[in-house]
Amino acid sequence: MVASPQHEFETQDLLINVGPQHPSTHGVFRMVLTIDGEVVKDVVPYIGYLHRGAEKLCETMDFRQGIGFMDRTEYLAAHNAELSYVMAVEALAGLEVPDRAQWIRTILCELNRLSSHFMFLGAFGIDVGVFGTPFIYAWREREAIIDLFEEISGDRMMYAYFRPGGLAWDVPLNFKERVREVLKSTRQGIKDFDELLTQNEIFRARTEGIGYISAEDAIDWGMSGPSIRASGVALDVRRDEPYLKYADLDFDVITGENGDVFDRYYCRLMEMHESVKIIEQCLARLEPGLIVPDKMPRMLRAAPGEVYIRTEAPRGEYGIYMVSKGGNRPYRLKVRSACLSNLQALKQMSVDQYVADAIIVLGSIDIVLSEVDR
Amino acid sequence: MNNSLFGFEINVWLDALARLGLIVGVMTVVAMGLIYGERKILARFQQRIGPQKTGPFGLLQSVADAIKLVGKEDLRPNAADPWTFELAPYFVFIPIFLGFVSLPFLLGVNIRLFDLGLLYFIAVSSVNIVGWIMAGWGSDNRYAMIGGMRAAAQAISYELPLVLSLVTVAMLAGSLNLKDIVEGQGTVPYIAWLPLAFVIFFISTLAEMNRPPFDIPIGESEVVGGPFVEYSGIRWSMFMLGEYASLWILSVLTAAVFLGGYSWPFGEDLGRGYQLVLMAAKSSLYIFVVFWVRASIPRLRIDQLMSYSWKILLPLSLAQVLVVGFVRVYELPDIFLAIEGVFGLIILVSLTGRAVASNRRLPGAARTMRSEAA
Repeated sequence: MVASPQHEFETQDLLINVGPQHPSTHGVFRMVLTIDGEVVKDVVPYIGYLHRGAEKLCETMDFRQGIGFMDRTEYLAAHNAELSYVMAVEALAGLEVPDRAQWIRTILCELNRLSSHFMFLGAFGIDVGVFGTPFIYAWREREAIIDLFEEISGDRMMYAYFRPGGLAWDVPLNFKERVREVLKSTRQGIKDFDELLTQNEIFRARTEGIGYISAEDAIDWGMSGPSIRASGVALDVRRDEPYLKYADLDFDVITGENGDVFDRYYCRLMEMHESVKIIEQCLARLEPGLIVPDKMPRMLRAAPGEVYIRTEAPRGEYGIYMVSKGGNRPYRLKVRSACLSNLQALKQMSVDQYVADAIIVLGSIDIVLSEVDR
Repeated sequence: MNNSLFGFEINVWLDALARLGLIVGVMTVVAMGLIYGERKILARFQQRIGPQKTGPFGLLQSVADAIKLVGKEDLRPNAADPWTFELAPYFVFIPIFLGFVSLPFLLGVNIRLFDLGLLYFIAVSSVNIVGWIMAGWGSDNRYAMIGGMRAAAQAISYELPLVLSLVTVAMLAGSLNLKDIVEGQGTVPYIAWLPLAFVIFFISTLAEMNRPPFDIPIGESEVVGGPFVEYSGIRWSMFMLGEYASLWILSVLTAAVFLGGYSWPFGEDLGRGYQLVLMAAKSSLYIFVVFWVRASIPRLRIDQLMSYSWKILLPLSLAQVLVVGFVRVYELPDIFLAIEGVFGLIILVSLTGRAVASNRRLPGAARTMRSEAA
């Protein structure tokens, strides 16, 4: 090793392996840090530990069987992942989704965004170094939402509740009351986090000015979701290309301007307020009606063609590119993962930061490894 | 040669042995109690219940843990330096127990009262850092080495404010004998005259014990337990025991040096039961605050930790020494000290809070973009 000019004696950079079994890599992600003292000089990320070939597997399955695989690509926001997939199928099969199903889908997607963001807040709290408290707080709020999902779909994580054409079955009769109940605790939970983390001086000192990425670079890396909005780019598929019922809803796109870890955290926190707002509007407009089209074909056959559907998942743009050559299964399926694109910027964000900061930079991107690797 | 132990005349060597046994026994029991207490108290902060299955209220949880730890295999990595690795726990453990010797628990209840008790305490309490570095170096693990180096840097930085704030107490009491220091607080505890020194002392003890927010050497989310990462079984439990023993020792020292010990209020004439309650209450208060801090505050970064000590705590504690010397030499009234202390506290808080005072714009809603798109 070559002595760097600022040292009088010969020093050696140290390679340090973080992951795949490390408390802060949020799954089986591995990065090899080259450190000089406490400062990170290089980051080499290794992905693929969780690769299951979900996309290829879907090509051998009926459209309805693929839903389960999409759940498992993004297990913290399975509703949002399903949504892209079923919308792609609907586009190819030419299915018209009834209004009620659309409203329910919107509600569930936003609730799932809330639960996913709670998960982020809890995990991020641990990354920054609070012993467990934010994690348990987040878990409490997330639990309420997950319980609601369980009442609706029968499952806590892998719902498979959205089906091509609509929903698997209708929601329970007390759906509206239950959602309002959950929203009440959610609002309190968001406030708790604001008080526990945002107003904490050490938290601010740890996160402000760390892991900066400029708007141009964020666009170049293809980032999306809260990670790019924190850099000041108002990119939100819900508003830019409204799907479901988002065009009829009134909500704001939260953007930061500093592009650092704190903004990425705070954008998510503020976005949760918007989600609550959206759900309330949806509840007010939810009417009884059909949940699948009147003339639902018994055998789902897609017309030949290709389609790219993108939706705004909690971590960013979750896209499905689907090619059909007719028949009841996709000819080719590709998932555009938001986490993978966001992760590309990790190196740029964490070089020349301290080791402890590299950890929270990774935490602030909020990756789900099963979505990165698929 | 005979010596008196609790009123009994016994041989010197027997006496030494009895006292040693007493130290180890009491220390182990107290440390186990503290571990149980921490788990229960942290659980309440985090809306959990904590241990509950082992014995009534989970009281035997620590015993169960101890049995499990003793029963575990004592692993040593192949590449570790055998002597350094195996001896490190003793270097952490023994200095902490040595510190126990000079503490004034109750009037006449202590192992040994030295005329230079405070000096002795300061001297032995800083030796255990050798053990940390040995553990970090000997484990042949990069996480452990980083952790050990961090521990060394931290200990050097925080030793000075700690000692300087104790120096002010010694100047005020005019003695280094801990008994005299406690009895000097019969009417007013020193925390009233030296609030600034107390706060600096408290912060420094947190760093000294490597408790949050200064748990940088063992930072779970960064260096995965730091120097202890390769230890298991009985050696690991010795580190653990040392950690909680030092918590207890420092709580007793804080109670004795700043909070009036067994003396304040009402003097020491009310009997040992009263003194025991006083000491227990005061040291428990300290311990509770330490747990409280752990439940709510994130970890600092290593550079922030260093600059906080060298740029804020050290100058303030030096100024405090200067002021106390001034007051003593010119025989000014003590109330002057209290006023100075309050001013010092205001300076300390404002310096600490500068991270939040920075005027940055928080992420907000990008509503303008929406209207443009519409």
